[in-house]
Amino acid sequence: MRELSLHIIDVAENGIAAGADLITIKISERDKDNLMEVAIADNGRGIPQDLLKKVVDPFFTTRTTRRIGLGLSLFKEAAKRCDGEFHIKSKEGKGTEVFASFRLDHIDLAPLGDMAGSIGCLIMGNPGADFLYAHEINGESFSIDTRGIRKELDGVPINNPEVIRWIINTINDSLKELKS
Amino acid sequence: MAKLTIEDLKRIREDTKKKTTLREGGATVKITVHMGTCGIAAGARDVMDVILEELSETDRQDIHVMNSGCMGMCSSEPNVTVEVKGHEPIIYQHVDRNKMRQIFKRHVLKGEIQTDFALAKIQ
Repeated sequence: MRELSLHIIDVAENGIAAGADLITIKISERDKDNLMEVAIADNGRGIPQDLLKKVVDPFFTTRTTRRIGLGLSLFKEAAKRCDGEFHIKSKEGKGTEVFASFRLDHIDLAPLGDMAGSIGCLIMGNPGADFLYAHEINGESFSIDTRGIRKELDGVPINNPEVIRWIINTINDSLKELKS
Repeated sequence: MAKLTIEDLKRIREDTKKKTTLREGGATVKITVHMGTCGIAAGARDVMDVILEELSETDRQDIHVMNSGCMGMCSSEPNVTVEVKGHEPIIYQHVDRNKMRQIFKRHVLKGEIQTDFALAKIQ
């Protein structure tokens, strides 16, 4: 993947496919630790313990439409090649959490990419689910929660194009502020 | 641009409510963007971005967009399925920004199937 945000879409879509209605995406960038951490959690049906070890194997998938499953194995590789760590925790009936970390100054680190567009894309394509996105850069942070936005919208669909644009622009503005 | 506020969101809400009371009803066109690992890597997010742009330019409230997983045709991603009510769903292949714009303007809005980009018709 050219951007880490594409991995984030991918893992979040896994959560949706597992029946989740809340996806939490947390990113933390800390220059002093030379570290970026990405955690994506869902409240879907979870992964049985015996499958948990197999999910990062590219030649394992539970799908029947094809015989390989690259999503999590690619994300793991992306973290490992940047001296990072990768873990998956899951509890059946509770949900799954995928964690990846990256060394910030590693030459192989792909850019995080268009986070605003990625979150917008997830909300637009999955109006039935809620998303909490929190981003921290060197101690400063912001977050956006579709549950709060829904309350403000008072019945107007969250996937209304104007609303999605507002969300994307808000994220872009907030990230710009965090970085300055 | 001035920073967006919750007031902007409220304005959007009121504007949208005014528009939607005029036309109530279900979806007459359903667009599905296949968002498996393969689709995402091949550019499905760009396709969604174009759909968002095009949706903002039309007043149609009957066009529904959703994501779905991989359908097993990874080599032809990004795949987009367009289903106009009463007609067979059409799967498009190798969709990029320009193709999506054309598919939206012709097929989604006017019902003209873009056979040049089509992979299959689901019967």
